Amino acid sequence: MAVSERSPAAAGNGESIALARSYREAFRRNAPGYLFLTPWLIGFFCLTLGPALGSLYLSLTDFDLLQAPNFVGFQNYIRMATADPKFISAIRVTFLYVILSVPLKLGFALAVAMMLNRGIKGLPVYRAVFYLPSLLGASVAIAVLWRQLFAADGMVNSMLAVFGIEGPSWISNPRYSLYTLVVLSVWQFGSPMIIFLAGLRQIPVDMYEAASLDGASARRQFWKITLPLLSPVIFFNCVIQTIEAFKAFTPAFIVSGGTGGPINSTLFYTLYLYQEAFGNFRMGYASALAWVLVIIIAIFTAFSFLSTRYWVHYDE
Amino acid sequence: MSTSIQLRKVVKRFEALEVIKGVDLDIEPGKFTVFVGPSGCGKSTLLRMVAGLETITEGDLHIGGQRMNDVAAARRGIAMVFQSYALYPHMTVYKNLAFGLETAGVKRDEIDRRVREVAATLRITEYLQRRPKALSGGQRQRVAIGRSIVRDPDIFLFDEPLSNLDAELRVQMRVEISKLHERLGNTMICVTHDQVEAMTMADTIVVLRGGEVMQVGSPLELYNRPANRFVAGFIGSPKMNFLEARRTAPDAIEVPGQALQLSLDQLGRCSAETPVTFGIRPEHIMLGGEAGQSLGEVKVDLVEHLGGSTSVYATMPSGASLTILAPGQLSIRHGETVPLRIDAANCHAFGPDDQTLRN
Repeated sequence: MAVSERSPAAAGNGESIALARSYREAFRRNAPGYLFLTPWLIGFFCLTLGPALGSLYLSLTDFDLLQAPNFVGFQNYIRMATADPKFISAIRVTFLYVILSVPLKLGFALAVAMMLNRGIKGLPVYRAVFYLPSLLGASVAIAVLWRQLFAADGMVNSMLAVFGIEGPSWISNPRYSLYTLVVLSVWQFGSPMIIFLAGLRQIPVDMYEAASLDGASARRQFWKITLPLLSPVIFFNCVIQTIEAFKAFTPAFIVSGGTGGPINSTLFYTLYLYQEAFGNFRMGYASALAWVLVIIIAIFTAFSFLSTRYWVHYDE
Repeated sequence: MSTSIQLRKVVKRFEALEVIKGVDLDIEPGKFTVFVGPSGCGKSTLLRMVAGLETITEGDLHIGGQRMNDVAAARRGIAMVFQSYALYPHMTVYKNLAFGLETAGVKRDEIDRRVREVAATLRITEYLQRRPKALSGGQRQRVAIGRSIVRDPDIFLFDEPLSNLDAELRVQMRVEISKLHERLGNTMICVTHDQVEAMTMADTIVVLRGGEVMQVGSPLELYNRPANRFVAGFIGSPKMNFLEARRTAPDAIEVPGQALQLSLDQLGRCSAETPVTFGIRPEHIMLGGEAGQSLGEVKVDLVEHLGGSTSVYATMPSGASLTILAPGQLSIRHGETVPLRIDAANCHAFGPDDQTLRN
């Protein structure tokens, strides 16, 4: 029997042909899957990844929407850090908004969820009613309404007048304007509330029964059972709501008339970004602002995830 | 410490649905009482009413002579082991055991001493720093029991404590719970739907059906002298055979094609010519031999060899089915015809109201 001997090069060539064939076969086998994925892939590449990479490039240019972009390196980022007091102001306002609105909203949402979790009649109706502001809250109409409510001659001051209190013009006074937006954010507690309610329903009733047999008061049950067992849901809500708060735009835009005033007191980061992009036509600088926001959110989210080992219980 | 429990005409309604229908019960101090019955009979609800986890719609509950209807669960001197164990998943075993003591404001040193003592008793010391998810079913069960013991309660309640365990572990934990009762001597109530668990663990069994107490007694009392057809069928495995019969004389009945002589006592409440239900346990039917009296011949449908005993499923000439449990290993085959004999002392008779006819 004759044994043919092949050179190493020929053997390598044969292997690569076999590999190429196996890839082709795999592709043919998975082709229907890729076909079904195509609409999403087109959307992802054209509407998400493409623009994101485009904005990353633009952040390194002096693009002004009218002329072709010129590459300026990290000039935009350097300016942000060293020569833009408005950027610092926007960061301060946004962080204050996040720090105030997220805990207040989550606290309020949890309180309402716990109230609804007590097995009251007509729960679906209450749930829908409480959820409604979340659907409307980010809309322009509600922000306009908010401006009416907190204006100098608005409904809030009319009600205070009944008690003889002369209220300020909440939205045009820099001392209070940001807080009216915080209240608007808290009013949109429906979405985290629904998630809290679902989380509360996952806690087995016999945990509470065992605790009550042990003599634990309602307060102790809340701190020792409800909060730890709800911690994954709290974590989820916290991350989502914080990202939402960092991205908040519409309320500040409408209530301040797009200025971020008075005296930059409602100049949210996204509003400043918008002003730079479409008001001052500094699209390159606005792109850099957008990427800084992405980094801030990423850092916050990373820290949140790292902290979970200390306070989030994923058991069972 | 042993404490008595009395229930007087206790009723529980969930809106229009009455799930406990006027239960009267006396649970003696230090006894191990088992509530047993089919699903939905109200046994868990009754236990939860004793625990204070369900309100009592009507009637009175007395624990240690004191009316407890309106007393909070924590102040009834009761500890409960839940079917799901209800261990706090975010706490270590140590923290689970210490939770009740911490709540009660016991000093840290005393908590540590008691937790370690209980852990040693239940052989869970090495798991004290683990979380419940890192424990097996049996270990979790021990922690749940430990959590109830550590508080040193007057009364222990167990709600289907063995139902989440596999067969082998179930037998093991059954023995451990019985030993625990012997050692502590507290009043204990256990709920189960498994009559074998009830028979093996209980001093007293309470058989429930549809929210009513069918019979209360010791395991052998219920086995030997069931008050009604339901208890007769529920207690004992395989379950009792029932045959339609007719009383033909003050001390005799006739099952189709076969006259049987019973005692006057066994048929005491029966009037002449009344239809009765004749009951005989599978293990009380003899295959062949000369002892006792004949129950006729049956055709064998199926034989199950269990090693120590043999189960035979057969059909009588009347078409009635019979189960026979014979000791040892028998060489009977499917389709064979075998003669049956019974001892009248082991027979039961029930009237049209399903109550025993025994005086």
